[in-house]
Amino acid sequence: MTSFAATPTTTADAQTTTASRTRIQVRGLDFHYNGFHALKQISMDIPERKVTAIIGPSGCGKSTLLRVFNRIYAIYPGLTASGEVLLDGENILDPRYSMNRLRSKVGMVFQKPVPFPMTIYENIAYGIRHHEKLKRKAMDERVEEALRSAALWDEVKDKLKQSALGLSGGQQQRLCIARGIALKPEVLLLDEPTSALDPIATGRIEQLIEELKKTFTIVIVTHNMQQAARVSDHTAFMYMGELIEFGNTEKIFTKPDKKQTEDYITGRFG
Amino acid sequence: MNTSTDHIIKSYDQELDRLRGEIVRMGELAVAQLEASIDVVERRDERAAQRVVDNDDAIDTMEHEISHGVVRLLALRAPMASDLRAVFSALRVASDIERIGDYAANVAKRSIPLSMVAPVSPAHGLKHLAQLAAASVRKVLNAYREDDADMAYEVWRDDVDVDEAYNALFRELLTYMMEDPRSITSCTHLLFMAKNIERIGDHATNIAENIWFVVKGEPLEAPRKKGDEPHVTHE
Repeated sequence: MTSFAATPTTTADAQTTTASRTRIQVRGLDFHYNGFHALKQISMDIPERKVTAIIGPSGCGKSTLLRVFNRIYAIYPGLTASGEVLLDGENILDPRYSMNRLRSKVGMVFQKPVPFPMTIYENIAYGIRHHEKLKRKAMDERVEEALRSAALWDEVKDKLKQSALGLSGGQQQRLCIARGIALKPEVLLLDEPTSALDPIATGRIEQLIEELKKTFTIVIVTHNMQQAARVSDHTAFMYMGELIEFGNTEKIFTKPDKKQTEDYITGRFG
Repeated sequence: MNTSTDHIIKSYDQELDRLRGEIVRMGELAVAQLEASIDVVERRDERAAQRVVDNDDAIDTMEHEISHGVVRLLALRAPMASDLRAVFSALRVASDIERIGDYAANVAKRSIPLSMVAPVSPAHGLKHLAQLAAASVRKVLNAYREDDADMAYEVWRDDVDVDEAYNALFRELLTYMMEDPRSITSCTHLLFMAKNIERIGDHATNIAENIWFVVKGEPLEAPRKKGDEPHVTHE
């Protein structure tokens, strides 16, 4: 039997997937909040320009893990992460790693689309201005590029000056993705990006993910196992703060190695 | 299934159990058909033979119902991993059983012209062959019911006995025909019937392979002793 877990790359106990280049290396990651041990010794290699799905029951730590990847926890007190999360060889957990730099490299999209109460155009331009000084024309191009990449351009090109709050839920979520990729990050984190959307809008986002992975490394947290199976190349199953199994999506959904994984994906978890 | 725990959704378990139950019932019907077909050969009972032929429709109907159930489960439950293997294999097992039923009906059909000519002694060999094949099918159905990969493996391994019995019968029939050309008509019927029964054994091994796949998640691949190839003379 071939086993991904038994073929570690750089560190002895890291769970790895295939030979594709690693974008994020997680090494012995522990995360505590208010005395609760939310992530326990997570080690995994997230491959570049692939979609990695994180699945698991509520409270298993999957969203926490995603949030560690852009240090969003750092804005709250009482949260501590230890271990290493290496992005291009640098530990992003190191307080000396600039938050601004991290945010430009790692974009994030949340469950509920939260457009800024501004125009569609400004929703995209706002973040870019924060990081770069661009001339009007260059900014127009960047906004268009981001909206095109998020498969939203054709629907909004004639109403860029209108409020983003007038868009449908699915459009708002694609706007948030456009905002996330406007800064040209390397990694895109998606936290339940379609759980508030109807099946058509969900299909559009999934198609978009398919396109975006040509450019970005994508990590998606989803409760929808069918979605994980549809969009991801690799799947990580977490339970009670531990990474139980990490492997090729096809293997995880057809013949996982661990009984806990099998029980979860077949709907037997009790 | 390799997981013993029940699904969170109980009706899902009930549907999977029902599917399994239908397949076992279909299999039992096919074995009963096989046994009845040998019985009508022995008794030279044309009317009973026709009943066996007619009963095959019931097996075909069950296969349709099972296919429908599988499609429904796939669409509504989106089974994963071992569940997916179980549902997917149900389709294949049902198709094997349907073929077993067809072969049993063929044997019964040929018993009608056979009963119109003088009896020949190799007909006894046919009964022995059919008993071996029926035992295989029964055993593989038990293995299916119990999710017992080891029992399935035994059926798969022991198919060589059916093959050998077939080859022995084949040689016996050839000898008989050479000795007494008047027996050619009956012996030819018996040859085809023997071939049908030998194929039933092959379908039992197909089912065994499916059980192995459901339980283990990988194909049953091992060298298996094959019975002698039939001695076809090229003179």
